Amino acid sequence: MTDKTPMPLWEVFIRARSGLPHKHCGSVHAPDATMAVQAARDVYTRRGESVSIWVVPSAAIIASDPNEKDQLFEPTSTKAYRHPTFYDIPDEVGHM
Amino acid sequence: MSAELTAYSISLADDALVLGHRLSQWSSLGPTLEEDIALSNLALDLIGQARLFYTLAGQIEGKDRTEDDFAYFRDAGDFRNVLLVELPNSDFAHAMVRQLVYAAFAHPYLDALSRSSHSGLAEIAAKAVKEIAYHVRHSAEWVIRLGDGTDESRRRTIAALDALWPYVDELFEMDAGERSLVAAGIAPDRAAIRPVWDRTIDNVLREATLERPSQVAVARTGGRSGRHTSDLAAMLADMQVLARAHPGVTW
Repeated sequence: MTDKTPMPLWEVFIRARSGLPHKHCGSVHAPDATMAVQAARDVYTRRGESVSIWVVPSAAIIASDPNEKDQLFEPTSTKAYRHPTFYDIPDEVGHM
Repeated sequence: MSAELTAYSISLADDALVLGHRLSQWSSLGPTLEEDIALSNLALDLIGQARLFYTLAGQIEGKDRTEDDFAYFRDAGDFRNVLLVELPNSDFAHAMVRQLVYAAFAHPYLDALSRSSHSGLAEIAAKAVKEIAYHVRHSAEWVIRLGDGTDESRRRTIAALDALWPYVDELFEMDAGERSLVAAGIAPDRAAIRPVWDRTIDNVLREATLERPSQVAVARTGGRSGRHTSDLAAMLADMQVLARAHPGVTW
Protein backbone atom coordinates (compact mmCIF):
# COMPACT_ATOMS: atom_id res chain seq x y z
CA MET A 1 0.00 0.00 0.00
CA THR A 2 1.69 3.19 -1.13
CA ASP A 3 -1.03 5.50 0.20
CA LYS A 4 -0.63 6.11 3.94
CA THR A 5 -4.35 6.36 4.69
CA PRO A 6 -5.97 2.97 5.42
CA MET A 7 -8.96 3.65 3.12
CA PRO A 8 -7.81 5.90 0.25
CA LEU A 9 -10.17 7.23 -2.39
CA TRP A 10 -10.53 5.62 -5.84
CA GLU A 11 -12.22 7.04 -8.94
CA VAL A 12 -14.61 4.62 -10.62
CA PHE A 13 -15.22 4.27 -14.36
CA ILE A 14 -17.81 1.89 -15.75
CA ARG A 15 -18.52 0.67 -19.26
CA ALA A 16 -22.23 0.25 -19.88
CA ARG A 17 -21.91 -1.96 -22.96
CA SER A 18 -19.20 -3.46 -25.10
CA GLY A 19 -18.00 -0.86 -27.59
CA LEU A 20 -18.78 2.14 -25.37
CA PRO A 21 -16.03 3.99 -23.51
CA HIS A 22 -15.60 3.71 -19.74
CA LYS A 23 -17.25 6.72 -18.11
CA HIS A 24 -16.51 8.27 -14.75
CA CYS A 25 -19.40 7.56 -12.37
CA GLY A 26 -18.12 8.41 -8.90
CA SER A 27 -15.66 7.31 -6.26
CA VAL A 28 -15.27 4.76 -3.46
CA HIS A 29 -13.10 4.34 -0.39
CA ALA A 30 -11.24 1.01 -0.27
CA PRO A 31 -8.05 -0.34 1.31
CA ASP A 32 -6.51 -1.45 -2.02
CA ALA A 33 -7.18 -1.94 -5.73
CA THR A 34 -8.84 -5.36 -5.43
CA MET A 35 -11.27 -4.13 -2.81
CA ALA A 36 -11.86 -0.93 -4.76
CA VAL A 37 -13.12 -2.96 -7.74
CA GLN A 38 -15.44 -4.90 -5.41
CA ALA A 39 -16.70 -1.72 -3.75
CA ALA A 40 -17.31 -0.17 -7.17
CA ARG A 41 -19.20 -3.28 -8.25
CA ASP A 42 -21.34 -3.18 -5.12
CA VAL A 43 -22.06 0.55 -5.18
CA TYR A 44 -22.32 1.43 -8.89
CA THR A 45 -23.44 -1.70 -10.78
CA ARG A 46 -26.44 -2.90 -8.73
CA ARG A 47 -28.93 -2.33 -11.54
CA GLY A 48 -27.07 -3.88 -14.44
CA GLU A 49 -25.27 -0.67 -15.40
CA SER A 50 -21.95 -2.21 -16.26
CA VAL A 51 -19.99 -4.87 -18.13
CA SER A 52 -16.57 -3.57 -17.03
CA ILE A 53 -15.08 -1.52 -14.20
CA TRP A 54 -11.91 0.56 -13.96
CA VAL A 55 -10.68 2.04 -10.71
CA VAL A 56 -7.87 4.58 -10.44
CA PRO A 57 -6.34 5.99 -7.25
CA SER A 58 -7.80 9.50 -6.92
CA ALA A 59 -4.32 10.69 -5.99
CA ALA A 60 -3.10 9.61 -9.45
CA ILE A 61 -5.46 11.98 -11.25
CA ILE A 62 -3.72 15.15 -12.45
CA ALA A 63 -6.29 17.93 -12.71
CA SER A 64 -6.14 21.29 -14.46
CA ASP A 65 -5.88 24.31 -12.18
CA PRO A 66 -9.26 26.05 -11.73
CA ASN A 67 -7.38 29.37 -11.47
CA GLU A 68 -6.14 28.90 -15.02
CA LYS A 69 -9.53 28.40 -16.58
CA ASP A 70 -9.41 31.84 -18.23
CA GLN A 71 -6.31 31.06 -20.23
CA LEU A 72 -7.15 27.40 -20.80
CA PHE A 73 -10.81 27.52 -21.75
CA GLU A 74 -12.08 31.06 -22.18
CA PRO A 75 -10.35 31.67 -25.56
CA THR A 76 -12.39 28.96 -27.26
CA SER A 77 -15.69 30.74 -26.63
CA THR A 78 -15.01 33.23 -29.45
CA LYS A 79 -14.08 30.61 -32.04
CA ALA A 80 -17.44 29.44 -33.21
CA TYR A 81 -15.89 28.57 -36.60
CA ARG A 82 -14.39 25.48 -34.97
CA HIS A 83 -17.85 23.97 -34.75
CA PRO A 84 -18.74 22.10 -37.95
CA THR A 85 -21.97 24.08 -38.45
CA PHE A 86 -21.01 26.15 -41.52
CA TYR A 87 -21.12 23.43 -44.11
CA ASP A 88 -23.98 22.80 -46.51
CA ILE A 89 -24.57 19.09 -46.55
CA PRO A 90 -26.07 17.73 -49.80
CA ASP A 91 -29.40 16.02 -49.30
CA GLU A 92 -28.04 12.81 -50.85
CA VAL A 93 -25.72 12.38 -47.85
CA GLY A 94 -28.66 11.82 -45.62
CA HIS A 95 -28.36 11.64 -41.86
CA MET A 96 -24.88 12.35 -40.47
CA MET B 1 -40.38 -38.84 -2.58
CA SER B 2 -42.36 -35.57 -2.72
CA ALA B 3 -42.44 -35.14 1.09
CA GLU B 4 -38.63 -35.48 1.24
CA LEU B 5 -38.26 -33.13 -1.72
CA THR B 6 -40.52 -30.51 -0.13
CA ALA B 7 -38.61 -30.67 3.15
CA TYR B 8 -35.30 -30.45 1.31
CA SER B 9 -36.29 -27.39 -0.71
CA ILE B 10 -37.56 -25.73 2.50
CA SER B 11 -34.26 -26.40 4.28
CA LEU B 12 -32.29 -24.85 1.41
CA ALA B 13 -34.62 -21.84 1.53
CA ASP B 14 -34.38 -21.54 5.31
CA ASP B 15 -30.56 -21.41 5.23
CA ALA B 16 -30.71 -18.65 2.63
CA LEU B 17 -33.52 -16.65 4.24
CA VAL B 18 -32.12 -16.65 7.77
CA LEU B 19 -28.60 -15.71 6.67
CA GLY B 20 -30.08 -13.15 4.29
CA HIS B 21 -32.04 -11.60 7.14
CA ARG B 22 -28.98 -11.51 9.40
CA LEU B 23 -27.10 -9.68 6.63
CA SER B 24 -30.00 -7.29 6.10
CA GLN B 25 -29.72 -6.33 9.78
CA TRP B 26 -26.38 -4.71 8.88
CA SER B 27 -28.20 -2.07 6.83
CA SER B 28 -27.06 1.37 8.05
CA LEU B 29 -24.55 -0.30 10.42
CA GLY B 30 -21.84 -1.25 7.89
CA PRO B 31 -18.29 -0.10 8.63
CA THR B 32 -18.27 2.07 5.49
CA LEU B 33 -20.94 3.25 3.08
CA GLU B 34 -19.48 0.95 0.41
CA GLU B 35 -19.55 -2.11 2.65
CA ASP B 36 -23.02 -1.27 3.93
CA ILE B 37 -24.32 -1.55 0.37
CA ALA B 38 -22.23 -4.66 -0.23
CA LEU B 39 -23.79 -6.38 2.80
CA SER B 40 -27.28 -5.48 1.57
CA ASN B 41 -26.39 -6.88 -1.86
CA LEU B 42 -25.37 -10.19 -0.26
CA ALA B 43 -28.62 -10.19 1.74
CA LEU B 44 -30.74 -9.61 -1.36
CA ASP B 45 -29.00 -12.44 -3.23
CA LEU B 46 -29.83 -14.87 -0.43
CA ILE B 47 -33.40 -13.69 0.10
CA GLY B 48 -33.95 -14.04 -3.65
CA GLN B 49 -32.67 -17.62 -3.52
CA ALA B 50 -34.93 -18.35 -0.54
CA ARG B 51 -37.98 -17.12 -2.45
CA LEU B 52 -37.27 -19.49 -5.34
CA PHE B 53 -36.70 -22.52 -3.09
CA TYR B 54 -39.85 -21.76 -1.04
CA THR B 55 -41.95 -21.34 -4.17
CA LEU B 56 -40.62 -24.64 -5.54
CA ALA B 57 -41.35 -26.34 -2.20
CA GLY B 58 -44.93 -25.05 -2.36
CA GLN B 59 -45.36 -26.39 -5.89
CA ILE B 60 -43.99 -29.81 -4.98
CA GLU B 61 -46.08 -29.98 -1.83
CA GLY B 62 -49.23 -29.10 -3.74
CA LYS B 63 -51.08 -27.47 -0.83
CA ASP B 64 -51.04 -23.91 -2.18
CA ARG B 65 -48.49 -22.67 0.35
CA THR B 66 -46.65 -19.60 -0.96
CA GLU B 67 -43.21 -18.21 -0.23
CA ASP B 68 -44.82 -15.84 2.29
CA ASP B 69 -46.53 -18.72 4.10
CA PHE B 70 -43.16 -20.40 4.59
CA ALA B 71 -41.28 -17.24 5.55
CA TYR B 72 -43.81 -15.48 7.75
CA PHE B 73 -46.21 -18.06 9.11
CA ARG B 74 -43.95 -20.76 10.51
CA ASP B 75 -42.47 -20.62 14.02
CA ALA B 76 -38.81 -21.19 14.90
CA GLY B 77 -39.39 -24.90 15.56
CA ASP B 78 -40.55 -25.34 11.96
CA PHE B 79 -37.42 -23.81 10.46
CA ARG B 80 -34.79 -26.27 9.20
CA ASN B 81 -31.78 -23.96 8.74
CA VAL B 82 -28.38 -24.76 10.22
CA LEU B 83 -27.52 -22.97 13.47
CA LEU B 84 -24.57 -21.17 11.82
CA VAL B 85 -26.85 -18.80 9.91
CA GLU B 86 -29.11 -17.82 12.82
CA LEU B 87 -26.38 -16.73 15.26
CA PRO B 88 -26.80 -13.04 16.11
CA ASN B 89 -24.58 -10.49 14.42
CA SER B 90 -21.68 -9.21 16.46
CA ASP B 91 -18.81 -7.46 14.67
CA PHE B 92 -17.76 -7.17 11.03
CA ALA B 93 -15.11 -9.89 11.34
CA HIS B 94 -17.82 -12.27 12.58
CA ALA B 95 -20.02 -11.35 9.60
CA MET B 96 -17.24 -11.96 7.08
CA VAL B 97 -16.02 -15.21 8.66
CA ARG B 98 -19.58 -16.55 8.78
CA GLN B 99 -20.13 -15.54 5.15
CA LEU B 100 -16.93 -17.27 4.13
CA VAL B 101 -17.76 -20.44 6.08
CA TYR B 102 -21.23 -20.56 4.50
CA ALA B 103 -20.34 -19.51 0.97
CA ALA B 104 -17.30 -21.80 0.76
CA PHE B 105 -19.81 -24.58 1.31
CA ALA B 106 -22.75 -23.20 -0.68
CA HIS B 107 -20.72 -22.46 -3.82
CA PRO B 108 -19.57 -26.01 -4.61
CA TYR B 109 -22.87 -27.37 -3.25
CA LEU B 110 -25.04 -25.24 -5.54
CA ASP B 111 -22.69 -26.01 -8.41
CA ALA B 112 -23.35 -29.72 -7.84
CA LEU B 113 -27.09 -29.06 -7.37
CA SER B 114 -27.19 -27.30 -10.75
CA ARG B 115 -26.61 -30.78 -12.24
CA SER B 116 -29.47 -32.30 -10.23
CA SER B 117 -31.84 -34.66 -12.00
CA HIS B 118 -34.64 -32.41 -10.69
CA SER B 119 -34.91 -29.58 -13.21
CA GLY B 120 -36.58 -27.10 -10.80
CA LEU B 121 -33.78 -27.40 -8.26
CA ALA B 122 -31.12 -27.38 -10.97
CA GLU B 123 -32.44 -24.12 -12.44
CA ILE B 124 -32.48 -22.29 -9.11
CA ALA B 125 -29.00 -23.57 -8.28
CA ALA B 126 -27.63 -22.46 -11.66
CA LYS B 127 -28.79 -18.91 -10.93
CA ALA B 128 -27.67 -18.91 -7.30
CA VAL B 129 -24.18 -20.31 -7.91
CA LYS B 130 -23.10 -17.12 -9.71
CA GLU B 131 -24.29 -15.00 -6.80
CA ILE B 132 -22.59 -17.17 -4.20
CA ALA B 133 -19.31 -17.15 -6.16
CA TYR B 134 -19.12 -13.43 -5.41
CA HIS B 135 -19.94 -14.06 -1.73
CA VAL B 136 -16.89 -16.33 -1.50
CA ARG B 137 -14.72 -13.75 -3.19
CA HIS B 138 -15.95 -10.79 -1.14
CA SER B 139 -15.78 -12.50 2.24
CA ALA B 140 -12.42 -14.14 1.47
CA GLU B 141 -10.82 -10.83 0.50
CA TRP B 142 -12.05 -9.30 3.75
CA VAL B 143 -10.94 -12.21 5.93
CA ILE B 144 -7.48 -12.02 4.34
CA ARG B 145 -7.22 -8.30 5.09
CA LEU B 146 -8.70 -8.53 8.57
CA GLY B 147 -6.50 -11.48 9.56
CA ASP B 148 -3.37 -9.93 8.12
CA GLY B 149 -4.40 -6.40 9.14
CA THR B 150 -4.17 -4.54 12.43
CA ASP B 151 -3.81 -6.15 15.86
CA GLU B 152 -7.47 -5.45 16.53
CA SER B 153 -8.80 -6.80 13.23
CA ARG B 154 -6.67 -9.92 13.66
CA ARG B 155 -7.85 -10.45 17.24
CA ARG B 156 -11.49 -10.07 16.18
CA THR B 157 -11.09 -12.44 13.22
CA ILE B 158 -9.52 -15.12 15.41
CA ALA B 159 -12.36 -14.68 17.91
CA ALA B 160 -14.91 -15.08 15.10
CA LEU B 161 -13.23 -18.29 13.88
CA ASP B 162 -13.28 -19.68 17.43
CA ALA B 163 -16.94 -18.72 17.90
CA LEU B 164 -18.17 -20.10 14.57
CA TRP B 165 -16.06 -23.25 14.20
CA PRO B 166 -18.38 -25.49 16.29
CA TYR B 167 -21.17 -24.80 13.77
CA VAL B 168 -19.26 -25.95 10.68
CA ASP B 169 -20.00 -29.69 10.82
CA GLU B 170 -23.76 -29.18 10.68
CA LEU B 171 -23.39 -27.88 7.12
CA PHE B 172 -22.39 -31.39 6.08
CA GLU B 173 -25.10 -33.32 7.97
CA MET B 174 -27.76 -35.23 6.05
CA ASP B 175 -30.89 -36.84 7.45
CA ALA B 176 -32.53 -39.98 6.07
CA GLY B 177 -34.82 -37.99 3.77
CA GLU B 178 -31.94 -36.11 2.21
CA ARG B 179 -29.91 -39.31 1.81
CA SER B 180 -32.75 -40.80 -0.21
CA LEU B 181 -32.59 -37.74 -2.47
CA VAL B 182 -28.83 -38.22 -2.83
CA ALA B 183 -29.41 -41.83 -3.81
CA ALA B 184 -31.96 -40.68 -6.40
CA GLY B 185 -29.48 -38.24 -7.97
CA ILE B 186 -31.54 -35.23 -6.87
CA ALA B 187 -29.43 -33.82 -4.01
CA PRO B 188 -25.62 -33.59 -3.96
CA ASP B 189 -23.73 -35.62 -1.36
CA ARG B 190 -22.62 -33.12 1.27
CA ALA B 191 -19.70 -35.35 2.27
CA ALA B 192 -18.26 -34.93 -1.23
CA ILE B 193 -18.32 -31.14 -0.76
CA ARG B 194 -16.20 -31.23 2.42
CA PRO B 195 -12.77 -31.53 0.73
CA VAL B 196 -13.61 -28.53 -1.49
CA TRP B 197 -14.68 -26.51 1.56
CA ASP B 198 -11.49 -27.53 3.40
CA ARG B 199 -9.33 -26.40 0.49
CA THR B 200 -11.06 -23.03 0.13
CA ILE B 201 -10.91 -22.29 3.85
CA ASP B 202 -7.29 -23.37 4.21
CA ASN B 203 -6.21 -21.25 1.23
CA VAL B 204 -7.91 -18.16 2.67
CA LEU B 205 -6.57 -18.74 6.18
CA ARG B 206 -3.04 -19.18 4.82
CA GLU B 207 -3.25 -15.85 3.00
CA ALA B 208 -4.75 -14.28 6.11
CA THR B 209 -1.80 -15.67 8.16
CA LEU B 210 -4.37 -17.42 10.35
CA GLU B 211 -4.85 -21.01 11.43
CA ARG B 212 -7.84 -23.19 12.10
CA PRO B 213 -8.90 -22.98 15.76
CA SER B 214 -6.70 -25.30 17.79
CA GLN B 215 -9.17 -25.79 20.64
CA VAL B 216 -11.77 -28.09 19.12
CA ALA B 217 -15.08 -27.18 20.74
CA VAL B 218 -17.99 -29.63 20.76
CA ALA B 219 -19.88 -29.48 17.48
CA ARG B 220 -23.24 -27.70 17.73
CA THR B 221 -26.13 -29.12 15.79
CA GLY B 222 -29.92 -29.47 15.79
CA GLY B 223 -31.13 -26.85 13.33
CA ARG B 224 -32.12 -29.40 10.69
CA SER B 225 -34.53 -31.01 13.16
CA GLY B 226 -35.94 -27.70 14.39
CA ARG B 227 -33.90 -27.41 17.61
CA HIS B 228 -32.73 -23.82 17.38
CA THR B 229 -31.13 -21.20 19.56
CA SER B 230 -33.49 -18.70 21.20
CA ASP B 231 -31.92 -16.09 18.92
CA LEU B 232 -33.83 -17.49 15.93
CA ALA B 233 -37.20 -16.99 17.64
CA ALA B 234 -36.23 -13.42 18.49
CA MET B 235 -35.12 -12.78 14.93
CA LEU B 236 -38.33 -14.25 13.48
CA ALA B 237 -40.51 -12.22 15.85
CA ASP B 238 -38.97 -9.12 14.35
CA MET B 239 -39.05 -10.41 10.77
CA GLN B 240 -42.62 -11.77 10.86
CA VAL B 241 -44.47 -9.18 12.93
CA LEU B 242 -45.76 -7.06 10.04
CA ALA B 243 -47.01 -9.97 7.94
CA ARG B 244 -48.73 -11.51 10.97
CA ALA B 245 -50.31 -8.28 12.20
CA HIS B 246 -51.67 -7.53 8.72
CA PRO B 247 -52.16 -10.86 6.90
CA GLY B 248 -52.12 -10.45 3.12
CA VAL B 249 -50.78 -6.90 3.33
CA THR B 250 -48.90 -5.62 0.29
CA TRP B 251 -46.57 -2.62 0.02
